[in-house]
Amino acid sequence: MSAIVLAVTGIVAVALGYRFYSKFMAEKIYKLDPNFETPSHTMRDDVDFIPTNRVVLWGHHFTAVAGAAPIIGPAIAVIWGWLPAFLWVIFGTIFFAGVHDFGAIWASVRNKGTSVGALTGQVVGPRARTLFMIVIFLLLLMVNAVFAVAISNALVDTPSAVIPVWSAIAVAVVIGVLIYRVGVPILWPTVVGTIILYAVIYLGEIVPVELPATFLGLAPGPQWILILFVYAMIASLLPVWLLLQPRDYINGIQLFIGLGLLFGAVFIANPTIVAPMLNANVPAGTPPIFPLLFVTVACGAISGFHGLVSSGTTSKQLDKETDARFVGYLGSAGEGLLALVVIIAVSAGFASLTEWEATYSSFGSTGIGTFVAGGANIISSGTGLSVEFASTLLAVMAVLFAGTTMDAGVRLQRYIVQEWGTIYNIPTLQNGYVATLLAVTACVALAFGAGGADGQGGMLIWPLFGTTNQLLAGLTLLVVSVMLVKLRRQYVFTLVPMVFVTSMSFLAALYQLWDLIASGQYMLAGLDLVIVVASIFVLLESAAAFTRERRAADASAAAAPAS
Amino acid sequence: MAWTDVRQTLRRVTYLASEFYNAPYRGVVARAKRDEDDLFMLLVFSEMMGIPNPATYYTLELQPILLERFHAWHTRMGMEHSPLDDFRCC
Repeated sequence: MSAIVLAVTGIVAVALGYRFYSKFMAEKIYKLDPNFETPSHTMRDDVDFIPTNRVVLWGHHFTAVAGAAPIIGPAIAVIWGWLPAFLWVIFGTIFFAGVHDFGAIWASVRNKGTSVGALTGQVVGPRARTLFMIVIFLLLLMVNAVFAVAISNALVDTPSAVIPVWSAIAVAVVIGVLIYRVGVPILWPTVVGTIILYAVIYLGEIVPVELPATFLGLAPGPQWILILFVYAMIASLLPVWLLLQPRDYINGIQLFIGLGLLFGAVFIANPTIVAPMLNANVPAGTPPIFPLLFVTVACGAISGFHGLVSSGTTSKQLDKETDARFVGYLGSAGEGLLALVVIIAVSAGFASLTEWEATYSSFGSTGIGTFVAGGANIISSGTGLSVEFASTLLAVMAVLFAGTTMDAGVRLQRYIVQEWGTIYNIPTLQNGYVATLLAVTACVALAFGAGGADGQGGMLIWPLFGTTNQLLAGLTLLVVSVMLVKLRRQYVFTLVPMVFVTSMSFLAALYQLWDLIASGQYMLAGLDLVIVVASIFVLLESAAAFTRERRAADASAAAAPAS
Repeated sequence: MAWTDVRQTLRRVTYLASEFYNAPYRGVVARAKRDEDDLFMLLVFSEMMGIPNPATYYTLELQPILLERFHAWHTRMGMEHSPLDDFRCC
């Protein structure tokens, strides 16, 4: 089958979803009001709360949510064939992710721009809030470990990406200094920085960097993991304007260029899909598609992380309430399209089925590397760039996404540790350096401890990471649904996705528990047990909140006769 | 396309880019700046609180300038009233 058919089907489906379904949600369910004064006006302080152009806000929302996760997830999930991954990404984006992001922004805007975490406490109850905090902590712990392993794999697979990846950090710092300290208008640093970034990719090709085969008894992969965590530790202590902000900006630009290049190449080269539609003979050790597909592809179909972005920054800057549809729904649609192009790259970027089967020889062995290999072939035949250049380009893009997430993740975890220091009155923990060291140690332990000295723990916990992410999405959808019940509106459109993702998370966590114990991974099994318990509580809490609020809403309706 | 159109477009692109750059981090940067300002405030008023400051000769000149922000500063630092005996604020 031609890849263009897949691309067009996906794009058209998502466009129809935006045109009709999001319109329906906006008008009938969330009932957006163009005259409603958003927090960016009522609480305007020109710092956190400031009315922002909706295109800018969409760009920020989209680039904040689309990172390495929608690349890794689909690249692993295509092992069951391209159709299940494709359907889940497209249906997920239309009926789950869009509604979730859109809903989270709406809920936050209607509650003075409060974050979803705090909203859970206000709308559902204090127990749900505690649950929310536990899930977030687990998610951060896993995010850092998972991305460290993903980056180290990519750097080992693509030695030509090493120099460009580290140069990007230097480029970011220079841009940061130029903008904040020197006060240069943004356009020139952007143009020159982007040109340098792509020029360095050529340099990387000429001078590939490989770490020694063993150093202190460690293979190159674990060596990179250690280097990355040392870097993340330093980076998370630097001022935000110096590194994180310009890095995020560069990544945003790269995301647009990369997506344009990939989709453009697919339309020019029109590659044939070699992967099976449904893989009948999956490699031994592959878990069952049901329920694992729904947690393997989290970002790209629905991801709880978006709720944090939606309610953390987006809702505080929303100019008009009606912009929520454009920003939230289209923001997640953008991520869905990234996942779509990844599916095309890993299923049409190989020469033959045999080659594809050789790549997909075991579950979890694919990821950024597979996307890079497949995508590079497509870009090369579509644009005439060399395969080596194209693969370095894609590897750099994916690694930079993952790297920025790590920077932010370690920083957030440091805040959590510092907060514990304040809550439990332990001054040592309040120290930034001690807190960062503790946060990083926990992540290194997870990255190494789970998979032995080869440091492959991160990929083993990928489905666990997805499970936690989906639980978070479930909690956010619960908040939105309960709000709808309180307003006596139709809540089935958020409740069904909520019940679905939470039950899939529960089933997936249960399956993994059995699997991890059987394979002797007791540390991960312990972690998984926490997730199983958390998902049971999420379901119970939801049922309780629903019954309570429905009764309250019915009672108040009965008390106040229709006017 | 006239030259003014090009300039117009360029200005629009610069605006969008700088918004795209700044919007997500406005709050974080403002807070970081405030932390630095708070430390500076402490340095300027340190002598009055019994912390010897070799640069008093110079910081004294700054005090009237910083006075406007003094109230916000001491309340943010958790002190309901001015911490300085001979320097009432509220």
